[in-house]
Amino acid sequence: MYDFKYEKPTDVAAAVASLGADMEAKALAGGQTFIPVLKQRLNKPTVVVDLSKLGLTGITVTPTSVTIGAMTTHGTVAESEEVKKAIPALAHLAGLIGDNAVRHRGTIGGSLANNDPSACYPAALLALGGTVTTDRRTITAGDFFQGMFTTALEQGELITSVSFPVPEKAAYAKFRNPASRYAMVGVFVAKLAGGVRVAITGASQGGVYRHTQFEQALSKNFAPDAIKDITTPSDGLNSDIHASAEYRAHLIGVMTKRAVLAC
Amino acid sequence: MPSVTLTVNGKSHTVDIEARTLLVELLREKLSLTGTHVGCDTSQCGACVVHVDGVSVKSCAMLALQAEGTDVLTIEGLAAADGTLHPMQEAFREHHALQCGFCTPGMVMSAIDMVMAHPEGMTEEDIRHNLEGNLCRCTGYHNIVKAIAAAWPVMHGKELVAAE
Amino acid sequence: MNAIFEGIGASVRRKEDLRFISGRGNFVDDINRPGQTHAIIKRSDRPHAKLISIDTAVAKAAPGVIAVFIAADMEKDALGGIPCGWQIHNKDGSPMAEPPHPILASGKVRHVGDPIAVVIAETRQQAKDAAELLDIVFEDLPPVATVRDAVRPGAALVHDGVTGNTCFDWHIGDKDLVDAAFARATKVVKLDLTNNRLVPNAMEPRAAIGEFDPMSDDYTLYTTSQNPHVIRLLMGAFVLHLPEHKLRVVAPDVGGGFGSKIYHYAEEAIVTWSAGKLKRPVKWTCDRTEAFMSDAHGRDHDSTAEMALDAAGNFLALRVRTLCNMGAYLSTFAPAVPTYLYATLLAGVYKTPAVYAEVHAVFTNTVPVDAYRGAGRPEATFLLERLMDVIAHDTGHDRVALRRQNFIPADAFPYQTPVALNYDSGDYQTTLTKALEYAKWDEFPARRAAAAAKGKLRGIGISTYVEACGIAPSKLVGQLGARAGLYEVANVRVHPTGSVTVFTGTHSHGQGHETTFAQLVSDQLGIPISQIDIVHGDTNKIPFGMGTYGSRSLAVGGSAMVKAMDKIITKGKKIAAHLMEASVEDIEFKDGKFSVAGTDKAKTLAEIALTAYVPHNYPIEELEPGLDETAFYDPKNFTYPGGCHVCEVEIDADTGVTTVVGFTAVDDVGRVINPMIVEGQVQGGVAQGIGQALFENAVYDDQAQLVSASFMDYTMPRADSIPNILVGTETTLCTHNPLGVKGCGEVGAIGSPPAVINAVVDALRDFGVRHIDMPASPQKIWSIIQAGRPQMAAE
Ligand SMILES: Cc1cc2nc3c(=O)[nH]c(=O)nc-3n(C[C@H](O)[C@H](O)[C@H](O)COP(=O)(O)OP(=O)(O)OC[C@H]3O[C@@H](n4cnc5c(N)ncnc54)[C@H](O)[C@@H]3O)c2cc1C
Ligand code: FES
Ligand code: FES
Repeated sequence: MYDFKYEKPTDVAAAVASLGADMEAKALAGGQTFIPVLKQRLNKPTVVVDLSKLGLTGITVTPTSVTIGAMTTHGTVAESEEVKKAIPALAHLAGLIGDNAVRHRGTIGGSLANNDPSACYPAALLALGGTVTTDRRTITAGDFFQGMFTTALEQGELITSVSFPVPEKAAYAKFRNPASRYAMVGVFVAKLAGGVRVAITGASQGGVYRHTQFEQALSKNFAPDAIKDITTPSDGLNSDIHASAEYRAHLIGVMTKRAVLAC
Repeated sequence: MPSVTLTVNGKSHTVDIEARTLLVELLREKLSLTGTHVGCDTSQCGACVVHVDGVSVKSCAMLALQAEGTDVLTIEGLAAADGTLHPMQEAFREHHALQCGFCTPGMVMSAIDMVMAHPEGMTEEDIRHNLEGNLCRCTGYHNIVKAIAAAWPVMHGKELVAAE
Repeated sequence: MNAIFEGIGASVRRKEDLRFISGRGNFVDDINRPGQTHAIIKRSDRPHAKLISIDTAVAKAAPGVIAVFIAADMEKDALGGIPCGWQIHNKDGSPMAEPPHPILASGKVRHVGDPIAVVIAETRQQAKDAAELLDIVFEDLPPVATVRDAVRPGAALVHDGVTGNTCFDWHIGDKDLVDAAFARATKVVKLDLTNNRLVPNAMEPRAAIGEFDPMSDDYTLYTTSQNPHVIRLLMGAFVLHLPEHKLRVVAPDVGGGFGSKIYHYAEEAIVTWSAGKLKRPVKWTCDRTEAFMSDAHGRDHDSTAEMALDAAGNFLALRVRTLCNMGAYLSTFAPAVPTYLYATLLAGVYKTPAVYAEVHAVFTNTVPVDAYRGAGRPEATFLLERLMDVIAHDTGHDRVALRRQNFIPADAFPYQTPVALNYDSGDYQTTLTKALEYAKWDEFPARRAAAAAKGKLRGIGISTYVEACGIAPSKLVGQLGARAGLYEVANVRVHPTGSVTVFTGTHSHGQGHETTFAQLVSDQLGIPISQIDIVHGDTNKIPFGMGTYGSRSLAVGGSAMVKAMDKIITKGKKIAAHLMEASVEDIEFKDGKFSVAGTDKAKTLAEIALTAYVPHNYPIEELEPGLDETAFYDPKNFTYPGGCHVCEVEIDADTGVTTVVGFTAVDDVGRVINPMIVEGQVQGGVAQGIGQALFENAVYDDQAQLVSASFMDYTMPRADSIPNILVGTETTLCTHNPLGVKGCGEVGAIGSPPAVINAVVDALRDFGVRHIDMPASPQKIWSIIQAGRPQMAAE
């Protein structure tokens, strides 16, 4: 790891100022992605701004939404009785990220900002049609994700909280990469008032995306069988030593059926 | 050079460190607490697990500076002052849950965390699932699972009713 | 009195555990020496390239840097290369190709991870920072990624002058006899198979600290080794040219080895030599990613096997051709693995009268390959036990009956195989019967039906195996090409008050020797194990030794202890006879007491020891004082553990995911000293075998880049991917060592992989599948199910 200057501001404005003052300044949340990256010397920040004292933790649940502070850990979300009641699929998803130790540190803000193509939370945000609130604006899920490891966040822009509308039903089905245990294919299915939304993570070279064919079919008939005749094309899907694009395409169908069944 | 103040195994320390120092490096190199191990560089193996403010954390994925003001517990701090072992340490020995002993500190720290987090009881499957972040190359896990199941009732002071 | 039974056969809790569960182990990376510096090895990111130039100036000027060394610096000191400890001869009698293996790459780099330079600085981070400042100019050469690539006509040469990349082309067995048997066979069954390449991944990464004392010219190396004396011998004599008395090698607590820590690695020589140059200790600790690219890998075979059968299903002859990977350089024992530890096991547990095997070993631009848990025997077992099921499949025989019909019968021992080995004992029918019983084999159809009702494909498989361990008779291995003896050494020191320290040349890195060996001593000398300490891992304390691998520690090292204790008892009897004024012939030793036969006169071992060290009333004319004996034990034969493993799996047809739902191992490991430890060894080995069969794979792409170079890509078995493992033992005693022990360290990894694959193939029996190579990954199984479905529909 290259050395850097470490700062731990106590309000969002100061953090944003630090991050804005230096192109090479980087935010540090749970560090569960960022620190391994630093150790591999893949990133050389001048300043590391620790977000832990900005007061960005906490969960607020209303009848129509769940809002989670950016620095709330996966473990907190997984165990939150309120989240389990409002959007059980979200708590379930958080509980499937990494292991206990990772969940004790990793945060929802860090996960979304990083937008790893095999991360879990992006699927929930996109399927539920949630919004990301930053120090300066609110961004819809559709606008937020811009391809793998890329988001709408500007240099120095901080996620402060994330909001999810409460669906009628939702479920997340994850096929883990056998080695890393990230999502090789993760499917989040949400039945909302306006129809069904299906977001796929882990599979595509472009990162998380919506499976519109599945959405249309499931909006008409919310049952696993509704998608049985739809073949997911393998174009644009990832291919690696664990799964070819074709196998991933197949798993997308299987995991979607399982998610629908679990709803 | 920045400095960090924290409590480790009940003792307060203030140490000057480079900002890039990991918590595990602080423990091993500055405080000579070499019981916490490093088994990988991708935060996958769990050999480095310690407790920070009461919960399990991979000390290879945390900067020492992030531990400012925290209470850290490592394997060295588990036994009582008179040497009485923690029930989880006892269980590991009794059930032959270690061979080379390299994964053991992280295993024990993770195991204690999971047992504390599950006062309602744990099945064998729960234990195996909760060990997801800890690799052991020697034991095949069989005896580690047995040891954790055996420590549960001792730690909670009641029988573990698990679906076998 | 010793109330608790602690001798042979007791599941004594381990003496070594307290320090490990307390975080007080002493691993190499836990050691820090005064004035220590830190080394980082700069490694090649190219698989195959000419080294045009290395500019070290900027790195040398970086903060904290003390030195940067490259091959040219070592050449000035005329250092030797990394030696190979075993020489194989080709079919024509000529010796194998043994190209130079420089400590740091010289002229050319030959695999990703090949060390090029060492940067030494005040801190590890400074050394890392400076290593990035090295300016290295390469000229890329076409890489050779796989064994198939290596033998392709016109393939690039890994070593100039090694034609066809061939290290050796070797054979064993009677070719004519085998050909004749094939000519008269009613049926020939052929199978092509690969044995996947593995990364050992002991949880403790390798580490080494070199130290030099200018006052005495003494060097010390602390290293993560399974055999410190072997390292002293190889590094001292061949690489650094240091006499043994000036080189101390310490292997303290070592966090698992599985073979990967047997070998002499470049980093050991680098830190030792650099420490001498700098007059300061030099420490190096491997990163995991670095370990993937520098620890010797295992397996990597590509084979064709053919069995000739008569009409009744009797085996007539076996013919095997294997192409195996040596990697870019010869690691210490690499040539022995696919030859004498593999092809000699191809008779297996069967009375096949003729066997002929050809083994073609090649160089590739990959990490060197050497012994990994089981070493050759897992490859032989996988080949044979897959072939058994394929024969059953092709001929319609029942797979259990086919094996039983061809087993070497229990009354046929000692049994001479057609491939050199002479098995001393075994009972394959009984281990098979027991395993089937424990695994409830007969009730499997009901379980399969129940699984089918849940939409799961359930399969069961067996593997019946024999292996050769307790390595090894020196004369024999010398004839076979070993450049060392493989005896073992024990020094038993009875202290004046009767407590005992045993110095053993074996090394414990998870096996629990401090306990098992203490039990052995307790049993023979009749003292409690609290009075016994086992010392290993330091060439300055232990007379000599060959270390721990090939499940040899108890069979060979333990036998040396028995011999040393025999000497102690013999001497003790003379002292006792003197003290009790009896004739030596009348002295008996039992339960820690020397007594005069037929009387109640007796002296304890402690009393005898005290007399030996305070020889006031002592036969000083005939006997030296002291009670301290050393024995070297050279085994008379290999030992031959055997057994049967049964695996049961369930496959999710939608995803191709296999779950191991049951595993039973019944092993004959000879006499069992500590059943708890034997069970643990078998369980650990089986987990590695399941890992090989279902998860693990070291993958090189066609450009010879290691694609699975971290735990993010290389699938390690985890707690939730391994089942409970039921272990049973059945004992036939080894006939040629004093303890009757055979060895248990590798049986788990040897017997299990084919049991798993046989179960997977059984689960997929309706899909027209005959063989699946390892690992049986979800994707592979899904493809088979996809391909098989239409066929099913058509049927
Ligand atoms: C062993 C292991 C297993 C894992 N398994 C999974 C898995 O199965 N599924 C999964 O989804 N993830 C997995 N992860 C990743 C984990 O979820 C991380 O916690 C997460 O991706 C990043 O969150 P963090 O809080 O740790 O962020 P950090 O690592 O601190 O930061 C990540 C990036 O986001 C930026 N950032 C952080 N917070 C903010 C913010 N509020 N505003 C703007 N930018 C910000 C940082 O600058 C950095 O670039 C795993 C990690 C590990 C180590
Ligand atoms: S060293 Fe921390 S997880 Fe491996
Ligand atoms: S005991 Fe050796 S890695 Fe777990």
